[in-house]
Amino acid sequence: MAGAAEVRRRIYVWEFPVRLSHWVNVLAITVLSVTGLYIGTPFLYPVSDTAFTMGWMRFLHLTAGYLFLMMVALRVYWSFAGNKYSNWRVFVPRSKSQVRDLKEVTNYYLFKRSTPPYDEGHTACAAFAYFLLFLIFLFQIFSGFALFNNNSHTAVHFILGGWLARLINIKTIRFWHHMLMYPIWAFVIVHIYLSLLMDSSGKNGLLGSIFGGYKFMAGRG
Amino acid sequence: MGEGKDLRDSSPTVYQALRQRGVSRRDFMKFCSLMAATLALPASFAPKIAEALEKAKRPSLVWLEFQDCCGNTESFLRASNPTVVDIVLDVLSVDYHETIMAPAGKDAEKSLQDVVKNQKGKYICVVEGAIPTRDGGVYCCVGGRAAIDIAKEVCGNSLATIAMGACAWDGGIPSANPNPTGAVGVKDVISGVPIINLPGCPANVVNLTGTVVHYLTFGSLPLTDNNGAPLFGYGTRIHDACQRRAHYDAGRYVRQWGDEGHRNGWCLYYMGCKGPETYKNCPTALWNDRTSWPVGAGHNCIGCASPKFWDTMTPFYSRLASIPGFGVESTADKVGLGLAIATAAGVTAHAIARAGRKHIRHEDEEKTAKTEDK
Repeated sequence: MAGAAEVRRRIYVWEFPVRLSHWVNVLAITVLSVTGLYIGTPFLYPVSDTAFTMGWMRFLHLTAGYLFLMMVALRVYWSFAGNKYSNWRVFVPRSKSQVRDLKEVTNYYLFKRSTPPYDEGHTACAAFAYFLLFLIFLFQIFSGFALFNNNSHTAVHFILGGWLARLINIKTIRFWHHMLMYPIWAFVIVHIYLSLLMDSSGKNGLLGSIFGGYKFMAGRG
Repeated sequence: MGEGKDLRDSSPTVYQALRQRGVSRRDFMKFCSLMAATLALPASFAPKIAEALEKAKRPSLVWLEFQDCCGNTESFLRASNPTVVDIVLDVLSVDYHETIMAPAGKDAEKSLQDVVKNQKGKYICVVEGAIPTRDGGVYCCVGGRAAIDIAKEVCGNSLATIAMGACAWDGGIPSANPNPTGAVGVKDVISGVPIINLPGCPANVVNLTGTVVHYLTFGSLPLTDNNGAPLFGYGTRIHDACQRRAHYDAGRYVRQWGDEGHRNGWCLYYMGCKGPETYKNCPTALWNDRTSWPVGAGHNCIGCASPKFWDTMTPFYSRLASIPGFGVESTADKVGLGLAIATAAGVTAHAIARAGRKHIRHEDEEKTAKTEDK
């Protein structure tokens, strides 16, 4: 049992660009989901004669899409420029210690051990989930701009996704652009739950760290 | 490629032919204005087109039909009101067309052979229908010859070949999955001659006439997009020229056939309209004597001018494809929501299981403590 006088170290884990991209993406994904659902199946019935419902929905969807693109780009940049916790190397379990961590965290989730293993940054499990999420994000960006390429045939939009429409037909792109929203929702649910879980069991200020950037670690080091 | 006037020296010019048929100067000028508008040229080009057609010899045209439904021929014959049909049929000297020509059998085939032999490299070939390639092309034979052989000979010796309609362009409906006959479009088997594609099911005759008039006026074929379709007819998106577009932006949609929105002419997007991803001049060129077009008549666009439309634009009456293998009733959204709900349930189950185990562990610790006390 940890004593009352336990010493905890204050570690700056999440730098500003990481926290910024996290929270802007929370906003962007929320807006993209709601407006995207409307664009897929217009569920509102306008009553006013001057309504511009689809116009606004598409405006918000596109604006949030650009914002999302910027934040994903920022996060990619920061995985090369940022500290060791945000580095690209942490996202794919390759080293022995990463594989061990992956196993231990999974064991903790499966009730095979009573406390979570020691992780200052992402657990290997979380990092890998973020990597898969990143792949979905990439597809959503390319497919989104592939669909938008029908409205705008500029070189920029071709690079951002128009090329995809040359490889795959629009129907398939739209289908997956729509469907991959649901795994993102599923991710969000698991992400929030596990954040709460790891915050309460790790007692390391994990929830607060995504606001302030600091974690409070006990033991090792 | 030669000038239009070199095409057939013995024949009268386009204008002379029209006068012989009793077409008035006024109707001729109206036709030239229509062509200028179709080709997206300023009105000032109408006299230039007229001047060119007055001098131009009528190009010989042969019309081949392969795996087709005759829909493009129907479209061709519905060119417009009777005078304009005359104009279209006289701008083009149709020397061979299985559906509308008088001769049959050997005589008909001879007229085709005559054109190919006597006017090599000078005639225009229009192809309607896909060309089967499987098993040596036996699935479509005309006069005992496989379509692919006829196409290679007739298209290969033409001045230019016009693939009219979705089937001749990229295989269309005969090439839809699983494509039992190995059907392909003209561009897939013919090389060495200019090919103009006129996608659509059927293609609008105004784009065929426009292509020919463009050639007679300017001595060159029109600019094309990456599908080989003329930009004047296929450069704009249906959605952008749609008469119902304002309803789309406003969010006013037809929700059910015959509902209030449908009666008020609202947007057909909700019903699965493919106008937002289809490029053709239907909203401006119109159909049936330039009176209406599918969306104008209250039916959504099915994207028939899009590549492989039978495979890529279905389901025609829904925005989103349904998931194969999940049964008819399961839509993509139901599966997606199911995933989200299952995840939430899984997370809840985990939380409950964890709380339960904590409780057990707590009891265990208490028991151990009590044992130690003893």
